[in-house]
Amino acid sequence: MAEELLKLQNIYKNFGNVKVLKDVNIKINKGEVVALIGDNGAGKSTLIKVITGVHSPNTGKVFFKEKEVQIKSVAQSRKMGIEAVYQERALCDQQELYRNIFAGREITNSFGFLDIKKQRKEAEKILRDYIGFTSKAITVDSQVMGLSGGEKQGVAFGRSLYFNSDLIVLDEPTMGLSIQETEKVLNFVKGLKNENKSAIFIDHNIIHVYGAADRFIILDRGEVVGEFNKEDISREELVQKMIQLHESGKIKVED
Amino acid sequence: MNNLLNSYFVKTHKLEISITIIAVVLFLIYFLGAPHVFTRFPIYRAFMQSMPFFGIIAISATFVVTLGEIDLSFPSIVGITSLIFGIIMTSTDGNFFIAFILATSLGMFAGLVNGLLVTKIGIPSIVATIGTLFFWRGLVNVISQGSGIAIVDVADGTWHHMIFVEKLFGKIPMQFIWFIVLTGLMQWVYRYHKFGNHIHFVGDNKASAQMMGINVDNVKIIAFVQLGFFSALAGIFTMYEMLYFWPTQGEGLMLTTLAAVFVGGTSVFGGKGTIFGTFIGVLIIGSLESGIVALGLSGFYVKFINGLMITVAVTVYALIQRRKN
Repeated sequence: MAEELLKLQNIYKNFGNVKVLKDVNIKINKGEVVALIGDNGAGKSTLIKVITGVHSPNTGKVFFKEKEVQIKSVAQSRKMGIEAVYQERALCDQQELYRNIFAGREITNSFGFLDIKKQRKEAEKILRDYIGFTSKAITVDSQVMGLSGGEKQGVAFGRSLYFNSDLIVLDEPTMGLSIQETEKVLNFVKGLKNENKSAIFIDHNIIHVYGAADRFIILDRGEVVGEFNKEDISREELVQKMIQLHESGKIKVED
Repeated sequence: MNNLLNSYFVKTHKLEISITIIAVVLFLIYFLGAPHVFTRFPIYRAFMQSMPFFGIIAISATFVVTLGEIDLSFPSIVGITSLIFGIIMTSTDGNFFIAFILATSLGMFAGLVNGLLVTKIGIPSIVATIGTLFFWRGLVNVISQGSGIAIVDVADGTWHHMIFVEKLFGKIPMQFIWFIVLTGLMQWVYRYHKFGNHIHFVGDNKASAQMMGINVDNVKIIAFVQLGFFSALAGIFTMYEMLYFWPTQGEGLMLTTLAAVFVGGTSVFGGKGTIFGTFIGVLIIGSLESGIVALGLSGFYVKFINGLMITVAVTVYALIQRRKN
Protein backbone atom coordinates (compact mmCIF):
# COMPACT_ATOMS: atom_id res chain seq x y z
CA MET A 1 0.00 0.00 0.00
CA ALA A 2 1.43 3.35 -1.02
CA GLU A 3 1.94 6.00 1.60
CA GLU A 4 -0.59 8.79 1.51
CA LEU A 5 0.69 12.37 1.18
CA LEU A 6 -2.34 14.56 0.62
CA LYS A 7 -6.03 13.88 0.95
CA LEU A 8 -8.92 16.25 0.25
CA GLN A 9 -12.25 15.28 1.72
CA ASN A 10 -15.63 16.74 0.70
CA ILE A 11 -14.19 20.05 -0.43
CA TYR A 12 -16.68 22.77 -1.35
CA LYS A 13 -15.72 26.20 -2.59
CA ASN A 14 -18.04 29.02 -3.62
CA PHE A 15 -17.30 32.43 -5.03
CA GLY A 16 -20.45 34.31 -4.13
CA ASN A 17 -23.25 32.28 -5.64
CA VAL A 18 -21.01 30.36 -7.98
CA LYS A 19 -20.24 26.86 -6.75
CA VAL A 20 -16.80 26.23 -8.14
CA LEU A 21 -15.98 23.02 -6.26
CA LYS A 22 -18.66 20.53 -5.25
CA ASP A 23 -17.78 17.70 -2.89
CA VAL A 24 -14.32 17.03 -4.24
CA ASN A 25 -12.45 14.01 -2.87
CA ILE A 26 -8.94 13.27 -4.03
CA LYS A 27 -5.88 11.52 -2.70
CA ILE A 28 -2.23 11.72 -3.69
CA ASN A 29 0.41 9.22 -2.59
CA LYS A 30 4.11 9.73 -2.09
CA GLY A 31 6.05 9.51 -5.30
CA GLU A 32 2.96 9.80 -7.44
CA VAL A 33 2.22 12.22 -10.27
CA VAL A 34 -1.46 12.97 -10.60
CA ALA A 35 -2.91 14.85 -13.53
CA LEU A 36 -5.98 17.02 -13.15
CA ILE A 37 -7.81 17.30 -16.43
CA GLY A 38 -10.98 19.02 -17.50
CA ASP A 39 -12.32 21.89 -19.56
CA ASN A 40 -11.93 25.55 -18.78
CA GLY A 41 -14.02 26.37 -15.77
CA ALA A 42 -13.96 22.82 -14.45
CA GLY A 43 -12.41 24.09 -11.22
CA LYS A 44 -8.87 22.78 -11.70
CA SER A 45 -7.18 26.06 -10.87
CA THR A 46 -9.40 26.67 -7.88
CA LEU A 47 -8.65 23.19 -6.60
CA ILE A 48 -4.91 23.67 -6.72
CA LYS A 49 -5.27 27.11 -5.15
CA VAL A 50 -7.00 25.44 -2.24
CA ILE A 51 -4.01 23.13 -1.95
CA THR A 52 -1.47 25.94 -2.13
CA GLY A 53 -3.28 28.17 0.34
CA VAL A 54 -4.34 30.93 -2.05
CA HIS A 55 -8.02 30.11 -1.38
CA SER A 56 -9.58 28.50 1.68
CA PRO A 57 -12.36 25.95 1.09
CA ASN A 58 -15.84 26.80 2.40
CA THR A 59 -16.21 23.33 3.87
CA GLY A 60 -14.26 20.11 3.76
CA LYS A 61 -11.13 18.66 5.27
CA VAL A 62 -7.54 18.62 4.11
CA PHE A 63 -5.06 16.00 5.33
CA PHE A 64 -1.34 16.29 4.74
CA LYS A 65 0.91 13.40 5.76
CA GLU A 66 -2.18 11.92 7.41
CA LYS A 67 -2.74 14.88 9.71
CA GLU A 68 -5.66 17.23 9.33
CA VAL A 69 -4.46 20.71 8.39
CA GLN A 70 -5.94 24.08 7.53
CA ILE A 71 -3.91 25.77 4.86
CA LYS A 72 -4.49 29.47 5.35
CA SER A 73 -1.70 31.05 3.33
CA VAL A 74 0.88 30.40 0.66
CA ALA A 75 3.61 30.85 3.23
CA GLN A 76 2.07 28.10 5.34
CA SER A 77 1.68 25.60 2.50
CA ARG A 78 5.29 26.21 1.53
CA LYS A 79 6.41 25.57 5.06
CA MET A 80 4.56 22.26 5.04
CA GLY A 81 6.33 21.27 1.84
CA ILE A 82 3.91 22.21 -0.93
CA GLU A 83 5.44 24.21 -3.73
CA ALA A 84 3.60 25.72 -6.68
CA VAL A 85 5.01 26.24 -10.14
CA TYR A 86 2.73 28.53 -12.08
CA GLN A 87 3.29 29.05 -15.74
CA GLU A 88 2.85 32.77 -16.11
CA ARG A 89 2.75 34.02 -12.60
CA ALA A 90 5.72 32.16 -11.26
CA LEU A 91 8.06 35.12 -11.37
CA CYS A 92 8.07 38.92 -11.42
CA ASP A 93 9.49 40.24 -14.67
CA GLN A 94 11.38 43.35 -13.67
CA GLN A 95 13.14 41.87 -10.66
CA GLU A 96 16.46 40.06 -10.63
CA LEU A 97 16.57 36.26 -10.62
CA TYR A 98 18.11 35.94 -7.19
CA ARG A 99 15.38 38.16 -5.76
CA ASN A 100 12.70 36.09 -7.49
CA ILE A 101 14.01 32.82 -6.15
CA PHE A 102 13.78 34.06 -2.57
CA ALA A 103 10.70 36.28 -2.84
CA GLY A 104 8.41 35.76 0.11
CA ARG A 105 11.06 33.83 2.08
CA GLU A 106 14.08 36.07 1.91
CA ILE A 107 17.27 35.23 3.74
CA THR A 108 17.50 38.09 6.23
CA ASN A 109 19.17 39.12 9.45
CA SER A 110 17.08 39.65 12.55
CA PHE A 111 16.23 43.22 11.49
CA GLY A 112 14.75 42.01 8.23
CA PHE A 113 17.62 43.20 6.03
CA LEU A 114 18.45 40.89 3.16
CA ASP A 115 21.58 38.83 3.05
CA ILE A 116 22.21 39.67 -0.59
CA LYS A 117 25.51 37.82 -0.72
CA LYS A 118 24.02 34.58 0.49
CA GLN A 119 20.94 34.91 -1.71
CA ARG A 120 23.11 35.40 -4.77
CA LYS A 121 25.36 32.51 -3.85
CA GLU A 122 22.44 30.14 -3.29
CA ALA A 123 20.74 31.35 -6.46
CA GLU A 124 23.95 30.64 -8.33
CA LYS A 125 23.87 27.10 -6.97
CA ILE A 126 20.26 26.64 -8.05
CA LEU A 127 20.97 27.87 -11.58
CA ARG A 128 23.96 25.57 -11.92
CA ASP A 129 23.05 22.41 -10.00
CA TYR A 130 19.28 22.18 -10.17
CA ILE A 131 18.52 23.76 -13.49
CA GLY A 132 21.73 23.27 -15.37
CA PHE A 133 21.88 26.75 -16.88
CA THR A 134 25.19 27.10 -18.61
CA SER A 135 24.41 30.12 -20.75
CA LYS A 136 26.56 33.09 -19.86
CA ALA A 137 23.75 35.43 -20.82
CA ILE A 138 21.73 34.42 -17.77
CA THR A 139 23.14 35.28 -14.37
CA VAL A 140 21.58 35.63 -10.97
CA ASP A 141 21.41 39.37 -11.62
CA SER A 142 19.45 39.02 -14.86
CA GLN A 143 15.95 40.39 -14.93
CA VAL A 144 13.37 37.69 -15.52
CA MET A 145 12.04 39.70 -18.48
CA GLY A 146 14.79 38.43 -20.78
CA LEU A 147 14.20 34.73 -20.13
CA SER A 148 12.34 32.35 -22.44
CA GLY A 149 9.26 30.52 -21.20
CA GLY A 150 11.23 27.33 -20.64
CA GLU A 151 13.94 29.14 -18.74
CA LYS A 152 11.36 30.76 -16.49
CA GLN A 153 9.83 27.36 -15.89
CA GLY A 154 13.28 26.00 -15.12
CA VAL A 155 13.85 28.67 -12.50
CA ALA A 156 10.51 27.90 -10.88
CA PHE A 157 11.34 24.18 -10.82
CA GLY A 158 14.82 24.80 -9.47
CA ARG A 159 13.29 26.87 -6.73
CA SER A 160 10.89 24.11 -5.74
CA LEU A 161 13.68 21.53 -5.61
CA TYR A 162 15.93 23.79 -3.61
CA PHE A 163 13.29 24.28 -0.95
CA ASN A 164 12.94 20.53 -0.71
CA SER A 165 9.19 20.27 -1.07
CA ASP A 166 7.21 17.02 -0.93
CA LEU A 167 4.40 18.04 -3.25
CA ILE A 168 4.90 20.12 -6.35
CA VAL A 169 1.89 21.73 -7.95
CA LEU A 170 2.27 22.40 -11.67
CA ASP A 171 -0.25 24.70 -13.30
CA GLU A 172 -0.03 24.38 -17.08
CA PRO A 173 3.74 23.99 -17.03
CA THR A 174 4.04 23.48 -20.78
CA MET A 175 1.78 26.28 -21.97
CA GLY A 176 3.45 28.43 -24.59
CA LEU A 177 6.68 26.45 -24.63
CA SER A 178 8.59 25.21 -27.65
CA ILE A 179 8.68 21.46 -28.31
CA GLN A 180 12.21 21.21 -26.99
CA GLU A 181 11.41 23.11 -23.84
CA THR A 182 8.24 21.07 -23.29
CA GLU A 183 10.36 17.95 -23.44
CA LYS A 184 12.60 19.32 -20.70
CA VAL A 185 9.66 20.15 -18.48
CA LEU A 186 8.10 16.70 -18.91
CA ASN A 187 11.40 15.05 -18.13
CA PHE A 188 11.58 17.09 -15.02
CA VAL A 189 8.14 15.90 -13.94
CA LYS A 190 9.13 12.28 -14.55
CA GLY A 191 12.33 12.85 -12.60
CA LEU A 192 10.35 13.84 -9.52
CA LYS A 193 9.24 10.25 -9.02
CA ASN A 194 12.81 9.08 -8.64
CA GLU A 195 13.18 11.38 -5.68
CA ASN A 196 9.95 10.08 -4.14
CA LYS A 197 8.35 13.51 -4.58
CA SER A 198 4.73 13.89 -5.60
CA ALA A 199 3.17 16.25 -8.10
CA ILE A 200 -0.19 17.53 -9.19
CA PHE A 201 -0.11 18.42 -12.81
CA ILE A 202 -2.60 20.46 -14.83
CA ASP A 203 -2.28 20.57 -18.57
CA HIS A 204 -4.61 20.93 -21.51
CA ASN A 205 -2.55 18.68 -23.67
CA ILE A 206 -3.58 15.08 -23.01
CA ILE A 207 -0.53 13.76 -24.79
CA HIS A 208 1.73 15.58 -22.34
CA VAL A 209 -0.38 14.54 -19.42
CA TYR A 210 -0.46 10.91 -20.44
CA GLY A 211 3.29 10.67 -20.75
CA ALA A 212 4.07 12.22 -17.42
CA ALA A 213 1.33 11.19 -14.99
CA ASP A 214 0.54 7.97 -13.09
CA ARG A 215 -3.10 8.72 -12.46
CA PHE A 216 -5.72 10.96 -14.07
CA ILE A 217 -8.51 12.76 -12.28
CA ILE A 218 -11.16 14.30 -14.49
CA LEU A 219 -12.98 17.36 -13.20
CA ASP A 220 -16.16 18.71 -14.70
CA ARG A 221 -18.04 21.74 -13.44
CA GLY A 222 -16.54 21.44 -10.00
CA GLU A 223 -16.98 17.69 -9.55
CA VAL A 224 -14.71 14.70 -9.93
CA VAL A 225 -16.36 12.71 -12.71
CA GLY A 226 -13.71 10.10 -13.36
CA GLU A 227 -10.46 8.69 -12.06
CA PHE A 228 -8.15 6.30 -13.92
CA ASN A 229 -4.82 4.67 -13.31
CA LYS A 230 -2.46 4.73 -16.22
CA GLU A 231 -2.36 0.91 -16.36
CA ASP A 232 -6.11 0.79 -16.86
CA ILE A 233 -6.51 3.20 -19.72
CA SER A 234 -4.73 3.84 -23.00
CA ARG A 235 -4.02 7.29 -24.32
CA GLU A 236 -6.68 6.90 -27.00
CA GLU A 237 -9.27 5.82 -24.48
CA LEU A 238 -8.49 8.81 -22.30
CA VAL A 239 -8.85 11.15 -25.25
CA GLN A 240 -12.11 9.40 -26.14
CA LYS A 241 -13.41 9.95 -22.59
CA MET A 242 -12.64 13.63 -22.76
CA ILE A 243 -14.40 14.04 -26.09
CA GLN A 244 -17.36 12.15 -24.75
CA LEU A 245 -17.48 14.37 -21.70
CA HIS A 246 -17.25 17.42 -23.85
CA GLU A 247 -20.12 16.33 -26.06
CA SER A 248 -22.54 14.79 -23.63
CA GLY A 249 -21.45 16.26 -20.33
CA LYS A 250 -21.14 12.72 -18.95
CA ILE A 251 -18.57 10.01 -18.73
CA LYS A 252 -19.51 6.39 -19.20
CA VAL A 253 -17.73 4.39 -16.58
CA GLU A 254 -17.69 0.74 -17.43
CA ASP A 255 -16.31 -1.58 -14.80
CA MET B 1 35.71 53.87 -22.52
CA ASN B 2 33.83 51.08 -24.19
CA ASN B 3 34.61 48.85 -21.27
CA LEU B 4 33.31 51.41 -18.89
CA LEU B 5 30.06 51.77 -20.80
CA ASN B 6 29.49 48.02 -20.78
CA SER B 7 30.35 47.50 -17.15
CA TYR B 8 27.84 45.91 -14.85
CA PHE B 9 27.41 49.05 -12.79
CA VAL B 10 26.56 51.18 -15.83
CA LYS B 11 24.18 48.59 -17.23
CA THR B 12 22.21 48.31 -14.03
CA HIS B 13 22.23 52.01 -13.21
CA LYS B 14 21.29 53.60 -16.53
CA LEU B 15 18.47 55.59 -14.99
CA GLU B 16 20.50 56.90 -12.10
CA ILE B 17 23.31 57.92 -14.42
CA SER B 18 21.03 59.71 -16.90
CA ILE B 19 19.25 61.66 -14.21
CA THR B 20 22.55 62.66 -12.62
CA ILE B 21 23.81 63.91 -15.97
CA ILE B 22 20.63 65.96 -16.44
CA ALA B 23 21.09 67.51 -13.01
CA VAL B 24 24.74 68.32 -13.66
CA VAL B 25 23.88 69.96 -17.00
CA LEU B 26 21.11 71.95 -15.34
CA PHE B 27 23.44 73.24 -12.64
CA LEU B 28 26.06 74.04 -15.28
CA ILE B 29 23.47 76.17 -17.06
CA TYR B 30 22.70 77.97 -13.79
CA PHE B 31 26.37 78.37 -13.11
CA LEU B 32 27.26 79.79 -16.51
CA GLY B 33 24.07 81.82 -16.89
CA ALA B 34 24.11 83.40 -13.47
CA PRO B 35 27.63 83.14 -12.03
CA HIS B 36 27.05 86.05 -9.68
CA VAL B 37 24.43 83.94 -7.91
CA PHE B 38 25.73 80.42 -8.26
CA THR B 39 29.35 81.05 -7.29
CA ARG B 40 28.22 82.22 -3.87
CA PHE B 41 27.05 80.21 -0.90
CA PRO B 42 23.65 81.79 -0.04
CA ILE B 43 21.78 80.21 -2.95
CA TYR B 44 22.91 76.76 -1.84
CA ARG B 45 21.92 77.51 1.71
CA ALA B 46 18.49 78.52 0.44
CA PHE B 47 18.24 75.23 -1.45
CA MET B 48 19.28 73.23 1.57
CA GLN B 49 16.72 75.09 3.60
CA SER B 50 13.73 74.62 1.32
CA MET B 51 14.26 71.28 -0.44
CA PRO B 52 13.91 68.96 2.57
CA PHE B 53 10.28 69.96 3.17
CA PHE B 54 9.06 68.26 0.03
CA GLY B 55 12.16 66.09 -0.38
CA ILE B 56 11.39 63.96 2.65
CA ILE B 57 7.89 63.29 1.34
CA ALA B 58 9.18 62.56 -2.16
CA ILE B 59 11.58 59.90 -0.84
CA SER B 60 8.76 58.30 1.11
CA ALA B 61 6.28 58.58 -1.78
CA THR B 62 8.72 56.66 -3.99
CA PHE B 63 7.66 53.53 -2.08
CA VAL B 64 3.99 54.12 -2.88
CA VAL B 65 4.67 54.92 -6.54
CA THR B 66 6.83 51.78 -6.88
CA LEU B 67 3.76 49.83 -5.79
CA GLY B 68 1.98 51.23 -8.83
CA GLU B 69 -0.18 53.29 -6.49
CA ILE B 70 -0.40 57.01 -5.88
CA ASP B 71 -1.19 59.17 -2.86
CA LEU B 72 -2.63 62.61 -3.52
CA SER B 73 -3.69 63.24 0.06
CA PHE B 74 -0.28 63.97 1.59
CA PRO B 75 -0.59 67.79 1.27
CA SER B 76 -3.63 67.64 3.53
CA ILE B 77 -1.97 65.14 5.89
CA VAL B 78 0.80 67.73 6.25
CA GLY B 79 -1.93 70.28 7.01
CA ILE B 80 -3.82 68.33 9.66
CA THR B 81 -0.73 67.01 11.43
CA SER B 82 0.87 70.49 11.51
CA LEU B 83 -2.32 71.88 12.96
CA ILE B 84 -2.37 69.26 15.72
CA PHE B 85 1.33 69.84 16.35
CA GLY B 86 0.68 73.58 16.69
CA ILE B 87 -2.31 73.15 18.97
CA ILE B 88 -0.51 70.73 21.30
CA MET B 89 2.68 72.78 21.39
CA THR B 90 0.84 75.93 22.38
CA SER B 91 -1.52 74.25 24.84
CA THR B 92 1.21 72.25 26.66
CA ASP B 93 3.64 75.14 26.79
CA GLY B 94 5.97 73.52 24.31
CA ASN B 95 5.89 69.81 25.22
CA PHE B 96 7.74 68.55 22.18
CA PHE B 97 7.36 64.83 22.89
CA ILE B 98 3.60 64.82 23.22
CA ALA B 99 3.18 67.08 20.19
CA PHE B 100 5.58 65.01 18.09
CA ILE B 101 4.04 61.66 19.02
CA LEU B 102 0.46 62.79 18.50
CA ALA B 103 1.18 64.52 15.19
CA THR B 104 3.08 61.58 13.71
CA SER B 105 0.51 59.11 15.04
CA LEU B 106 -2.22 61.09 13.35
CA GLY B 107 -0.15 61.05 10.15
CA MET B 108 0.17 57.27 10.34
CA PHE B 109 -3.53 56.97 11.06
CA ALA B 110 -4.33 59.03 7.95
CA GLY B 111 -2.01 56.72 5.99
CA LEU B 112 -3.77 53.70 7.46
CA VAL B 113 -7.13 55.06 6.29
CA ASN B 114 -5.74 55.43 2.76
CA GLY B 115 -4.27 51.94 2.90
CA LEU B 116 -7.49 50.34 4.10
CA LEU B 117 -9.61 52.16 1.49
CA VAL B 118 -7.29 50.92 -1.24
CA THR B 119 -6.81 47.31 -0.08
CA LYS B 120 -9.83 46.25 1.94
CA ILE B 121 -12.51 48.35 0.24
CA GLY B 122 -10.86 48.19 -3.16
CA ILE B 123 -11.01 51.83 -4.24
CA PRO B 124 -8.28 52.79 -6.73
CA SER B 125 -5.70 54.84 -4.83
CA ILE B 126 -6.05 57.88 -7.10
CA VAL B 127 -9.73 58.14 -6.20
CA ALA B 128 -9.46 57.17 -2.54
CA THR B 129 -6.75 59.74 -1.86
CA ILE B 130 -8.62 62.54 -3.64
CA GLY B 131 -11.34 61.85 -1.09
CA THR B 132 -8.97 62.00 1.86
CA LEU B 133 -7.20 65.02 0.35
CA PHE B 134 -10.42 67.00 0.67
CA PHE B 135 -11.40 65.37 3.95
CA TRP B 136 -8.27 66.27 5.93
CA ARG B 137 -8.03 69.78 4.46
CA GLY B 138 -11.68 70.27 5.28
CA LEU B 139 -11.04 69.20 8.85
CA VAL B 140 -8.14 71.66 9.07
CA ASN B 141 -10.46 74.47 8.01
CA VAL B 142 -13.18 73.43 10.44
CA ILE B 143 -10.84 73.13 13.42
CA SER B 144 -8.68 76.17 12.70
CA GLN B 145 -11.59 78.31 11.53
CA GLY B 146 -9.20 79.72 8.99
CA SER B 147 -6.72 81.23 11.43
CA GLY B 148 -3.06 80.40 11.98
CA ILE B 149 -1.16 79.40 15.11
CA ALA B 150 2.10 80.98 16.17
CA ILE B 151 4.49 78.61 17.97
CA VAL B 152 7.32 81.10 18.17
CA ASP B 153 6.97 81.55 21.96
CA VAL B 154 7.14 77.84 22.73
CA ALA B 155 9.54 76.65 20.04
CA ASP B 156 12.07 79.33 19.22
CA GLY B 157 15.40 78.82 20.91
CA THR B 158 14.54 75.36 22.29
CA TRP B 159 16.72 72.27 21.85
CA HIS B 160 14.19 70.74 19.48
CA HIS B 161 14.21 73.84 17.34
CA MET B 162 17.95 73.47 17.23
CA ILE B 163 18.02 69.85 16.09
CA PHE B 164 15.29 70.39 13.50
CA VAL B 165 16.18 73.58 11.65
CA GLU B 166 19.11 75.53 13.07
CA LYS B 167 22.34 75.83 11.12
CA LEU B 168 25.19 73.43 11.69
CA PHE B 169 28.43 75.44 12.00
CA GLY B 170 26.25 78.44 11.28
CA LYS B 171 26.02 77.38 7.63
CA ILE B 172 24.25 74.10 6.93
CA PRO B 173 20.56 73.89 7.80
CA MET B 174 19.85 70.91 10.04
CA GLN B 175 16.84 69.87 7.97
CA PHE B 176 19.17 69.16 5.08
CA ILE B 177 21.32 66.90 7.24
CA TRP B 178 18.15 65.05 8.27
CA PHE B 179 17.08 64.83 4.65
CA ILE B 180 20.41 63.24 3.66
CA VAL B 181 20.30 60.80 6.57
CA LEU B 182 16.70 59.79 5.84
CA THR B 183 17.44 59.40 2.13
CA GLY B 184 20.32 57.04 2.95
CA LEU B 185 18.20 55.09 5.38
CA MET B 186 15.25 54.81 3.00
CA GLN B 187 17.50 53.79 0.11
CA TRP B 188 18.79 50.99 2.29
CA VAL B 189 15.29 49.85 3.19
CA TYR B 190 14.15 50.18 -0.42
CA ARG B 191 16.86 47.94 -1.86
CA TYR B 192 18.02 45.76 0.99
CA HIS B 193 15.15 45.24 3.39
CA LYS B 194 12.46 42.61 3.08
CA PHE B 195 9.83 45.35 3.03
CA GLY B 196 11.51 47.17 0.14
CA ASN B 197 11.87 43.88 -1.69
CA HIS B 198 8.16 43.17 -1.26
CA ILE B 199 7.31 46.67 -2.49
CA HIS B 200 9.07 45.85 -5.75
CA PHE B 201 7.35 42.49 -6.19
CA VAL B 202 3.87 43.79 -5.42
CA GLY B 203 4.36 46.73 -7.79
CA ASP B 204 5.72 44.45 -10.48
CA ASN B 205 2.91 41.92 -10.44
CA LYS B 206 0.38 41.70 -7.67
CA ALA B 207 -0.84 38.21 -8.55
CA SER B 208 2.67 36.75 -8.74
CA ALA B 209 3.66 38.39 -5.48
CA GLN B 210 0.67 36.83 -3.80
CA MET B 211 1.49 33.40 -5.20
CA MET B 212 5.01 33.76 -3.86
CA GLY B 213 3.57 34.17 -0.40
CA ILE B 214 3.85 37.94 -0.05
CA ASN B 215 0.99 39.56 1.87
CA VAL B 216 0.03 42.13 -0.76
CA ASP B 217 -2.49 44.05 1.35
CA ASN B 218 -0.13 44.44 4.29
CA VAL B 219 2.69 45.70 2.09
CA LYS B 220 0.39 48.34 0.59
CA ILE B 221 -1.01 49.42 3.92
CA ILE B 222 2.46 49.82 5.46
CA ALA B 223 3.54 51.86 2.43
CA PHE B 224 0.68 54.32 2.93
CA VAL B 225 1.27 54.45 6.70
CA GLN B 226 4.96 55.34 6.32
CA LEU B 227 4.02 58.07 3.85
CA GLY B 228 1.58 59.42 6.46
CA PHE B 229 4.39 59.41 9.01
CA PHE B 230 6.83 61.25 6.77
CA SER B 231 4.18 63.77 5.72
CA ALA B 232 3.71 64.58 9.40
CA LEU B 233 7.47 64.81 9.85
CA ALA B 234 7.76 67.21 6.90
CA GLY B 235 4.98 69.29 8.44
CA ILE B 236 6.85 69.48 11.74
CA PHE B 237 10.03 70.59 9.97
CA THR B 238 8.06 73.33 8.23
CA MET B 239 6.53 74.42 11.52
CA TYR B 240 9.96 74.83 13.12
CA GLU B 241 11.28 76.74 10.13
CA MET B 242 8.31 79.12 9.96
CA LEU B 243 7.37 79.01 13.66
CA TYR B 244 3.84 79.40 12.42
CA PHE B 245 0.96 77.23 11.28
CA TRP B 246 -1.26 78.47 8.51
CA PRO B 247 -4.41 76.66 7.30
CA THR B 248 -3.20 76.13 3.73
CA GLN B 249 0.08 74.60 4.90
CA GLY B 250 1.17 71.81 2.58
CA GLU B 251 -1.05 72.78 -0.33
CA GLY B 252 1.82 73.72 -2.61
CA LEU B 253 3.58 70.40 -2.12
CA MET B 254 1.63 68.21 -4.52
CA LEU B 255 3.27 69.26 -7.78
CA THR B 256 6.85 69.49 -6.60
CA THR B 257 6.81 66.25 -4.64
CA LEU B 258 5.29 64.00 -7.27
CA ALA B 259 7.31 65.73 -9.98
CA ALA B 260 10.52 64.88 -8.10
CA VAL B 261 9.51 61.20 -7.92
CA PHE B 262 8.63 60.97 -11.61
CA VAL B 263 11.55 63.06 -12.87
CA GLY B 264 13.71 60.84 -10.67
CA GLY B 265 12.81 57.88 -12.85
CA THR B 266 10.50 55.78 -10.71
CA SER B 267 8.16 53.91 -13.02
CA VAL B 268 4.54 55.00 -13.04
CA PHE B 269 3.69 51.39 -13.87
CA GLY B 270 5.23 50.08 -10.68
CA GLY B 271 7.91 47.53 -9.90
CA LYS B 272 10.93 49.72 -10.62
CA GLY B 273 12.24 52.82 -9.01
CA THR B 274 15.16 54.50 -7.38
CA ILE B 275 15.50 56.51 -4.19
CA PHE B 276 18.70 58.08 -5.45
CA GLY B 277 16.80 59.20 -8.57
CA THR B 278 14.14 60.81 -6.42
CA PHE B 279 16.87 62.58 -4.48
CA ILE B 280 18.28 64.03 -7.69
CA GLY B 281 14.71 64.79 -8.78
CA VAL B 282 14.35 66.86 -5.62
CA LEU B 283 17.54 68.79 -6.47
CA ILE B 284 16.22 69.47 -9.98
CA ILE B 285 12.65 70.43 -9.13
CA GLY B 286 13.68 72.29 -6.00
CA SER B 287 16.22 74.44 -7.83
CA LEU B 288 14.13 75.33 -10.88
CA GLU B 289 12.35 78.36 -9.48
CA SER B 290 15.41 80.15 -8.13
CA GLY B 291 17.49 78.98 -11.08
CA ILE B 292 15.07 80.33 -13.66
CA VAL B 293 14.73 83.67 -11.93
CA ALA B 294 18.51 83.94 -11.44
CA LEU B 295 18.98 83.30 -15.15
CA GLY B 296 16.98 86.45 -15.79
CA LEU B 297 13.76 84.85 -16.98
CA SER B 298 10.54 86.07 -15.46
CA GLY B 299 8.92 84.03 -12.71
CA PHE B 300 6.11 83.23 -15.12
CA TYR B 301 8.36 80.65 -16.75
CA VAL B 302 8.72 78.56 -13.63
CA LYS B 303 5.62 76.42 -14.00
CA PHE B 304 6.09 76.19 -17.74
CA ILE B 305 9.61 74.81 -17.47
CA ASN B 306 8.58 72.60 -14.58
CA GLY B 307 5.85 71.12 -16.74
CA LEU B 308 8.21 70.69 -19.65
CA MET B 309 10.74 68.83 -17.48
CA ILE B 310 8.13 66.43 -16.10
CA THR B 311 6.54 65.70 -19.46
CA VAL B 312 9.85 65.11 -21.19
CA ALA B 313 11.17 62.96 -18.35
CA VAL B 314 8.20 60.61 -18.12
CA THR B 315 8.06 60.34 -21.92
CA VAL B 316 11.72 59.34 -22.08
CA TYR B 317 11.31 56.78 -19.30
CA ALA B 318 8.20 55.31 -20.93
CA LEU B 319 10.11 54.97 -24.21
CA ILE B 320 13.05 53.27 -22.48
CA GLN B 321 10.59 50.91 -20.84
CA ARG B 322 8.89 50.13 -24.14
CA ARG B 323 12.16 49.39 -25.88
CA LYS B 324 13.03 46.93 -23.15
CA ASN B 325 9.82 45.01 -23.66
